[in-house]
Amino acid sequence: MDQYTLNLLFVGATFALYIGIAIWARAGSTSEFYAAGRGVHPVTNGMATAADWMSAASFISMAGLIAFGGYNTSSFLMGWTGGYVLLALLLAPYLRKFGKFTVPEFIGDRFYSPTARIIAVICLIVASVTYVIGQMTGVGVAFSRFLEVNNTVGLMIGASVVFFYAVLGGMKGVTYTQVAQYCVLITAYTIPAIFISLQLTGQPIPALGLFGDHVESGTALLTRLDQVVTELGFKEYTHQSNDTSSIINMVLFTFSLMIGTAGLPHVIIRFFTVPKVSDARWSAGWALVFIALLYLTAPAVGAMARLNIIDTIYPKGTQEQSLAYEARPDWMKNWEVTGLLKFEDKNGDGRIQMYNDKSESFAATAEERGWKGSELQVNRDILVLANPEIANLPGWVIALVAAGGLAAALSTAAGLLLAISSAVSHDLVKGQINPSISEKGELLAARISMAVAIAVATYLGLNPPGFAAQTVALAFGIAAASIFPVLMMGIFSKRINNHGAVAGMLTGLLFTLIYIFLHKGWFFIPGTASFPDTIEGSLFGIKSTAIGSIGAILNFTAAYFVSSMTKETPDHIKELVESVRIPKGAGAATVDH
Amino acid sequence: MTDTNTPNTGGDGNNQAYWSANIRIIIFSLIIWALVSFGFGILLRPLLADIKIGGSDLGFWFAQQGSILVFLFLIFFYAWRMNRLDRKHGVDEE
Repeated sequence: MDQYTLNLLFVGATFALYIGIAIWARAGSTSEFYAAGRGVHPVTNGMATAADWMSAASFISMAGLIAFGGYNTSSFLMGWTGGYVLLALLLAPYLRKFGKFTVPEFIGDRFYSPTARIIAVICLIVASVTYVIGQMTGVGVAFSRFLEVNNTVGLMIGASVVFFYAVLGGMKGVTYTQVAQYCVLITAYTIPAIFISLQLTGQPIPALGLFGDHVESGTALLTRLDQVVTELGFKEYTHQSNDTSSIINMVLFTFSLMIGTAGLPHVIIRFFTVPKVSDARWSAGWALVFIALLYLTAPAVGAMARLNIIDTIYPKGTQEQSLAYEARPDWMKNWEVTGLLKFEDKNGDGRIQMYNDKSESFAATAEERGWKGSELQVNRDILVLANPEIANLPGWVIALVAAGGLAAALSTAAGLLLAISSAVSHDLVKGQINPSISEKGELLAARISMAVAIAVATYLGLNPPGFAAQTVALAFGIAAASIFPVLMMGIFSKRINNHGAVAGMLTGLLFTLIYIFLHKGWFFIPGTASFPDTIEGSLFGIKSTAIGSIGAILNFTAAYFVSSMTKETPDHIKELVESVRIPKGAGAATVDH
Repeated sequence: MTDTNTPNTGGDGNNQAYWSANIRIIIFSLIIWALVSFGFGILLRPLLADIKIGGSDLGFWFAQQGSILVFLFLIFFYAWRMNRLDRKHGVDEE
């Protein structure tokens, strides 16, 4: 069976499975559509949350980022997992106890302010739309690489499958497809990693292999990696800068990712689906178990892929002749076709050289060896996808990775679309436009919002606007600076009132947005940035991706001062806060829906 | 379920004590959360540089794997501890 047929078979089979689940898990009420009837087992919800959370970026891009960034990219690993501690301790159990359907609904009720609710809806939509575009483009790319259809057709197929289970099943359909998608994506990620770890270190568990010994050289894998990268003019893989401003930036960036993760509405609403408050706590733990399976493997995949690529290009070691272009392996040829891997013979010797041509201290060595610039460009996104080919694994593993990449992108897209559509139908239609809408009417409104959200996301996926590439700055910045602080204050303080919440959210949001625009261009229009987005050149010496943590601090501060200058919160709100803090009665809260 | 507190009604004093105990567990957990990630993984890494682990140092391990494992432990610890606290104060579900 050729590779194309295998890919088609694997992707087709997984898609058929998702559609089958959709038919089985149709939603009959708004409670089922928004919160899967609150009957999801905590372990099941943990698995669904892991798929919801791990996007095309985690599956496809993260290992590549780590491979070429080394220690400095640890922010992603700590940030994207540390947020779950905040979620489990500070938000999930209390929001579950509150017992409603959306994040803006809590903000609106707790701060007795329709304005606060609308601001929350806007933040939610901007953050989620930015996020979903990346997933949709990811679906298009995966289809065009593995199934040889063009981008548009690929995206349409992906969108139709999501349409099917999300419109029919709402949260219920999304939950059970996410469970299936998690199984597909984790198998696809782990199998090639195990083989590569075995080849390089003889250790079947990649996370242990990373700190194990390199079989070929007999030294520790990381020592070996540090050695070969420095021989090519790069900083050591494990190198930490001792420059204070870069250390501060790493701390702030990690913190932004953590509170951004905890504040992302599509993750939070997953915890509304479990039956009890104590289940919400356990479920956050299970979510992190399933996430950790990939996140502990990713740094190993990154380091091993980096070493593999260097060993491929310098088969006899970095001090000897590099690989002749004609002798390059098949996987390089396959990826050259896609344009994601490029070779340019700058010194005309017919051999591939890859080294740090930006290093001044290495320039003399390069000149001595007759090198005229690094000749191989590797798009970091191909590392995970090319992994099975690099390790010479059979065709079905390649097909599995294709299905896994699609599962990661589709599961996150569906979760985001659900957050967007429930904000529209529940917070805008029922909350503002037509509060007396019937249960049936709201369910229909929810389905229509979902269909519209999918259509908009598909359109934006085909024509990505300038902000689409800024997920980390924009979506995490907004979640960190506006949503997370206001949720936390709503639970942990009775003093923060309506004015405080609105002032805090607007301060955090505007500060963060303006700072991002100053460094990335106003509304991301090229050429309109006032400052370069580097540590040295930026306004406060903080990169725009790390600014969400400062925005969050300003949010807390503004909310505190405005609240202490204005009228105290009314008694029924204090009682609401009291009741949210106590687990007892969580089941009863759902009865009035 | 409990003999020291009034079950079902759960007076204000009881709820207050429950909440203070919860805050203490949260603060304790968040100190460890910050220590392993921002501390061992980033700020204190130079101090731990002499503790070698598999070709690198302890700080690198915490940044790449250790903090994730501690995060996991913390969430399950919190869930277990809170379940006990819920029952002690009679505020658990059912």
